[in-house]
Amino acid sequence: MLTRRIIACLDVAAGRVVKGIQFVDLIDAGDPAALAIRHAQGGADEIVFLDITATHEKRSLLLDAVRRAAERIFVPLTVGGGIRTLDDALRVFDAGADKVSINSAALRRPELITEIGSRFGAQAVVVAIDARRSADGPEKAEVYLNGGRLPAGVGVLAWAREAESRGAGEILLTSMDSDGTRSGFDCELTGAVSDAVQIPVIASGGAGTVQHFADVFTAGRADAALAASIFHCGVSDARTLKHELAQLGLPMRLPC
Amino acid sequence: MSDSITGGKTVVIDYQTGNLNSVCKALRAVGADVSIATTPEGLRNAARIVLPGVGHFSSTGCLQDSGVADALREQVAGGTPFLGICVGLQWLFGGSTEAPGVSGLGVFSETCERFPSNVKSPHVGWNALERVGESRLLDGLEDSPYVYFTHSYRAPRVSATTAVTHYGGEFTAIVERENWMAVQFHPEKSGEAGLTILENFLRVSAC
Repeated sequence: MLTRRIIACLDVAAGRVVKGIQFVDLIDAGDPAALAIRHAQGGADEIVFLDITATHEKRSLLLDAVRRAAERIFVPLTVGGGIRTLDDALRVFDAGADKVSINSAALRRPELITEIGSRFGAQAVVVAIDARRSADGPEKAEVYLNGGRLPAGVGVLAWAREAESRGAGEILLTSMDSDGTRSGFDCELTGAVSDAVQIPVIASGGAGTVQHFADVFTAGRADAALAASIFHCGVSDARTLKHELAQLGLPMRLPC
Repeated sequence: MSDSITGGKTVVIDYQTGNLNSVCKALRAVGADVSIATTPEGLRNAARIVLPGVGHFSSTGCLQDSGVADALREQVAGGTPFLGICVGLQWLFGGSTEAPGVSGLGVFSETCERFPSNVKSPHVGWNALERVGESRLLDGLEDSPYVYFTHSYRAPRVSATTAVTHYGGEFTAIVERENWMAVQFHPEKSGEAGLTILENFLRVSAC
């Protein structure tokens, strides 16, 4: 049975993990490669690096971390943040990433989805969508770009469908309303997007408990969920999280 | 692992699509001496040959045009073990409804088809293998290991199928007939289980 995926997400700025998890025995808890390896060993089904600064000067630091991580982890590695052109994507793949995640650049120039997909395969293109709800229900949520600062002028369902039709392999959906709250994923929003497309939907934003993951996999019909802050909340690693979810009846890759 | 088990060149075929990095890294991690070939000549001194595959079935067309397909057929018939990955498995079949005008190698005559519309497609993520035959590639692994898939088309179960996976019905996850071996999933992205499968392939090669 196809399992639900737990994806460990590391926010990286200037080549360093911000809000990194404090593994006591890690010599450098800010090194993205060291943390990625630890998460893979800890049972994560995939790893995501999100470069939250992504200025050109700092880019080489991230690529170096991708290169070092890719030597040692043999689960899918996705890199997002600051990928604006096919050339940017090429450098990330060349460093060892398996997928790229694109957000604002895809909204500005949707052809980018097709360009990367036809060169590296649809499975290598994740379209990240930041969405904020209006008063009118989840299907009316609006898409934002530039890290949530600018409305894109498109609804979440329309953009998800367009991304799919242009060849995206997966959707990474972040609920801006839930992000950082630790009060649960937006299951209504995730469910609406999941129903609108055939491709897998990765839920992000709001996880604070194991039950939140169970909810987004059932009510939210998510295929995968990003985990970041959950590891600060008493759940030590992905393996522990997956064991607890398996006990709630969810299909998980175990042992891992 | 000693050189006597994994000795000789492991040649990975590059047909100018997708990303060979991960496959080469994983093969090196289990001890392979990897080189990359784009032409029939590049296959000549291979101790074993790997055809990775991401992307569209039509991209395999160039394997016929370049002469790589004929060279490969000859070499594998002569005793060189082969491992196809993902589209590299599908290519061993007669063809795929993904690209009706492009024929596969025809080691197996059946045709690959898209997943039925009652399940999400592509099939992305970790799913279990179910053994249905004696498998060299799964040697030493637990009964139903999880491996990482990402694909929209699949091969039917055939007599040489050694493991199936269930998603919208069963399909071939591993096929093994003499020196032809192939997997629908990505062993290079399947954690420890995947590395064991690649290591097993290197060992098979030396038999």
